[in-house]
Amino acid sequence: MTISDLEQFSPDSVKPKINWARIEEADNFANTVKLFRQGKYDEDSFRRFRLQHGAYGTRMTGDYAMVRIKLPAGEIYPHQFEKISQLSEQYSIGSAHFSTRENIQLHWVILEDVSEIFRGLAEVGLTSREACGNSVRNVMCSPLSGVCSDEEFDATPYALATARFFLRNPMAQNLPRKFKFNFTCCEKHGMVRMVDVGLIPQIREIDGSSQRGFKIFLGGGLGNKSYVGYPLEEFTPEEDLLYTSIAVMRIFDRLGDRKNLARNRMRYLVNDMGWEKFQNLVFKERAIVRATQSIITQLDIDTTPDEIKRPIRITGESGSLTPDGYARWLKTNTVKQKQSEYRSVFITLEAGDITANQLSALGDLIRDFSSEGKARCGFVQNVALRYVLEDDLPRLYSKLLEVGLAKSGALTMTAPIGCSGTTSCNLALTNSHRLAKEIQRKFLELRLDEDDDLSDSSIKISGCPNSCGQHGIATIGFFGGGARVGKDMYPNYQMSLGGRSDGETMLGEICLRIPAKRVIPVILKIIEVFKDRKKSGDTLKSWIHRIVNGNEDSDIKSINDIKKILEPLVIPPTKEEDPDFYLDYGSDTSYHTKTGKGECAA
Amino acid sequence: MCCLTKPGKILIGVDSLRSEISDKSVRVIDVRRENDYKQDHIPTAVNLPLANLLSDDSPERVLKLVNSMGIDDETPVVVYDDTFGALASRVAWTLEYLGHSNVTLLETTYSHWKLLGLENDSKIPEIQSKEHSIHLRPEILATSDYLESAKTRDDVILIDNRERLNFLEQHIPGAISLPYRTLASNDHILRSKDDMKRLFDNRGITGNSEIITYCGSVGTLSGLAYYALKSVGLPNAKLYVRSFKEWKNLQKPTEKQEDASYWDLSAE
Repeated sequence: MTISDLEQFSPDSVKPKINWARIEEADNFANTVKLFRQGKYDEDSFRRFRLQHGAYGTRMTGDYAMVRIKLPAGEIYPHQFEKISQLSEQYSIGSAHFSTRENIQLHWVILEDVSEIFRGLAEVGLTSREACGNSVRNVMCSPLSGVCSDEEFDATPYALATARFFLRNPMAQNLPRKFKFNFTCCEKHGMVRMVDVGLIPQIREIDGSSQRGFKIFLGGGLGNKSYVGYPLEEFTPEEDLLYTSIAVMRIFDRLGDRKNLARNRMRYLVNDMGWEKFQNLVFKERAIVRATQSIITQLDIDTTPDEIKRPIRITGESGSLTPDGYARWLKTNTVKQKQSEYRSVFITLEAGDITANQLSALGDLIRDFSSEGKARCGFVQNVALRYVLEDDLPRLYSKLLEVGLAKSGALTMTAPIGCSGTTSCNLALTNSHRLAKEIQRKFLELRLDEDDDLSDSSIKISGCPNSCGQHGIATIGFFGGGARVGKDMYPNYQMSLGGRSDGETMLGEICLRIPAKRVIPVILKIIEVFKDRKKSGDTLKSWIHRIVNGNEDSDIKSINDIKKILEPLVIPPTKEEDPDFYLDYGSDTSYHTKTGKGECAA
Repeated sequence: MCCLTKPGKILIGVDSLRSEISDKSVRVIDVRRENDYKQDHIPTAVNLPLANLLSDDSPERVLKLVNSMGIDDETPVVVYDDTFGALASRVAWTLEYLGHSNVTLLETTYSHWKLLGLENDSKIPEIQSKEHSIHLRPEILATSDYLESAKTRDDVILIDNRERLNFLEQHIPGAISLPYRTLASNDHILRSKDDMKRLFDNRGITGNSEIITYCGSVGTLSGLAYYALKSVGLPNAKLYVRSFKEWKNLQKPTEKQEDASYWDLSAE
C-alpha cells in the first residue's frame, strides 16, 4: 500500500456535472510561451493566444500575467476551492480575487507558470479558456437562481448549456470583441440590461400548457461608453434560445467594428444602427439559423434536479453560545430562499480578495453547511453558500468568524465594488481597489450596514473610465483619473449618482470630481443631506432617484444642487497643508498617472 | 517512491524509512523544537532543533553535533520536520557541507506521518558518540561576495524562494521568483521528478547552469529548493545560506517591481 491509497475524497463531496478543462491546453500553452520567448512567435499573435486562454497582461510588465478562472453560472465545488487555494499559494500572491463576472482571478503569476495553473485547474475540471480575448466570456447566472422566490424557473441549466455550447466553439473564437451572456432569476437580482445578451426566465401559458422561455435583452453594457440593453420581444421560447444566441453573434461577427478598437462591442453596433433595424436583423437571421442548423445543433440542457441533502458533519459541534454580531450578520448577509427551511448566505470580501486559507476553509464550510454541496459566486465580488438550514446559521456564523469571513453588510452599501486598479491593471489611473476597502472598513466601523435607509444603495468604483468596477450602475459611482494643482498631481474620481441595474436600469448622472482622499467624507455628507430631507419610507436610493428624475420637492432638486453642497469639500489643500492629499491610497510616493497598453481590445 | 542509502537520492519514502529503522541502520534526525520532539517523534529519532544548529553552524560546532548524534562518515542519515521540509533541508544541507554524503529527507512531514497512523513514541534513544571527518564542500555554498561576482555571469541562475509579494517588493537584482510552495505537491515535500522537471524546464532552469538559491534569512526555504534542484539531477546548485537578510544588511543593491500597488490585492 502506498500513501496515496490511504487518501480519499470526503464522501460528502458533490462532484460537478461538467468538466470544462482540456489538459492538452496546458502543454500547448507552455510550448507557445517558449516559442514566444525565443522570438518565434510575434507579439500580437502571442497576445491573442494568451488572452484566448484566459491569461491577461499585468501592470507595467511582460513577465507576469493574471489568470482568470471561469466559473460558468457561478458554480464552484469544494475541491475546486481547495485547488484554487493551493494554486494561489504556489503561483500567485497567496490570495485570489473574485471578479464581478463570476470569475476567480490569480494575479502576479509568472507567464511561464501559467501552464502549471492550467494543469491544476484541469485536475478539478476548471478552465480559464476564453475568459479574456474576443470570445464568449464567462456565462453568468444569478447567485439566487433556483432559490429566488420571484423567479419563474431556474435558469442555471440554460446558463451552463450556453457556456458549454460556445466554449471552444469555432464560431466564438474570433469575434470583433468580447461577448457576454447574463442569465438571472428575476428583474431585481440580475443585470440583464447591462450586457450583450441578458435573459430573464419566463413561463407562458399556451393552449393550457405552460411553456418555458426567456425575456431577452440585447446591446447593453458598461464601458468607456455605457448603454442600456433593449428587449428583443415579449417572450422567446426555450427552443429559440440557441437560435437567437447564434443569430445575434452572427450579426455581430459580420457587422461589428473590427477596426476601431474603442467602439467594437456590440452595444456600439446596436446604437449606430438603431435598435429597430438591429432587432429586425436578429429576427431575419434567426429564421435563417433555424432553417439551416443541423438538427443536432442543440443546447445540452441538463435539468436533472440537484440532490439536496443535509450535510453529514465531520467536524464536531461547538458550544451553543451565539457569538456577538450574529443578528447584524443575519440581517445583512442572508436571504430567505423559496425553499422555506433554507437561507442563502452571502460572504463579503474586501473588494473581492480572499486568502488561500479562506478559500480552503470555504471548501470545508460548503461540505459542512450547504445541502447542495457547492457554492455560487455573486455579481459583486462575493460568494454565496446556499441551502443552509436555518438552524445551522449560528454555527455557520461562528465558523465564518474563525476564518475571518464573517464581515457583515454583504447585501448593503457597505460592500463596495473596486476593480483591481493600480494593484495590477495596465489601464488604471488610481488605486480603486484599496479605496473600496477603505470605504468598507470605515462604513462597517460606523455600522452603516445596519441602516435600512442605505441597504438598497450601492457604491462601485473603477480605476479608470472603462467601467470594470461598474460605476455606471451604482447609486454612488466613481471612476478614477488624475488632477493637478500647479505641478502637483493628486488622485481624483468622477462621481456619478443614481445608476441602477434592476427593472428600471439607468446610468448614473455625472455629479462632480472628488479627490481620492475626500471620497469618504463626501459620501458621508450625501448621507447626511439625505437624512435631513428623508420622507417616510425613503431610502437613499429612492431619494436620489427622485432627484435625478426631477421629482424631488425639497430644496435639493437636482444633481446640481447636490454638487453645490459638496463643492466646499473638494477644494484641494496645498501640498504643505496636507501632503497626504497628494498620495493615492496604498502609496507613499507622489502620485502620477501612468498607464500601459490595454488588452481589452487585443 | 525513493529508497534509501544510495548516494544521490534526495528523498526516502515512509515505508523505506520504517524498514531502515527496524534494521537499525539509519540515524533519524528530528529538527522540530525540543518540546514537540519530547511529546512524540519517529522511533529512534534524535532531536536537533534547527535553532540549536543555527546558534552556531561553524563546521567545528557542526562536527561536534554530528559526533554526538552518533553519525560517522558511513552512517545513513534521514532528516524530517513539520515545516514542509524546509527546516529539514537546511539541516541536511549543513551535513552535506561538512562532507557527509549519505543524507536524505523524509518525503513527507511528521504531521502527515502521524496522520497515516504510523508508529511514533517519546523514547529518547541512547547514543554512542562517533567520529566524523571534515571534508568541507565549498562548491555547494554561496557567500555574498561569491554571489555578487557570479551574478554577472550569463550561465548563473539566481532563484528567490520567498513568497511572491516579498519578491515583488524587493529582491536581489536578476533573481527569478520561485516561491517555495511551488516545490511541494499535496503531502510530499517535493513534487514528483517529472512534475519538478517540467516546472523547471518551463522556467528555463535547465542544463549545466550554475544555480544559486536564496530566501529570507537562514536558508531554509532555499534549502528545500536546493534539494528540489538536486531531485531532478541538476548538478550545480549552491545555497546562499545567509540569504536576503545578510544581503540587505550589507546594503548591496536590490530591485523592486515599480508602479503597482500589489500589496493592496492581498487579502491578508
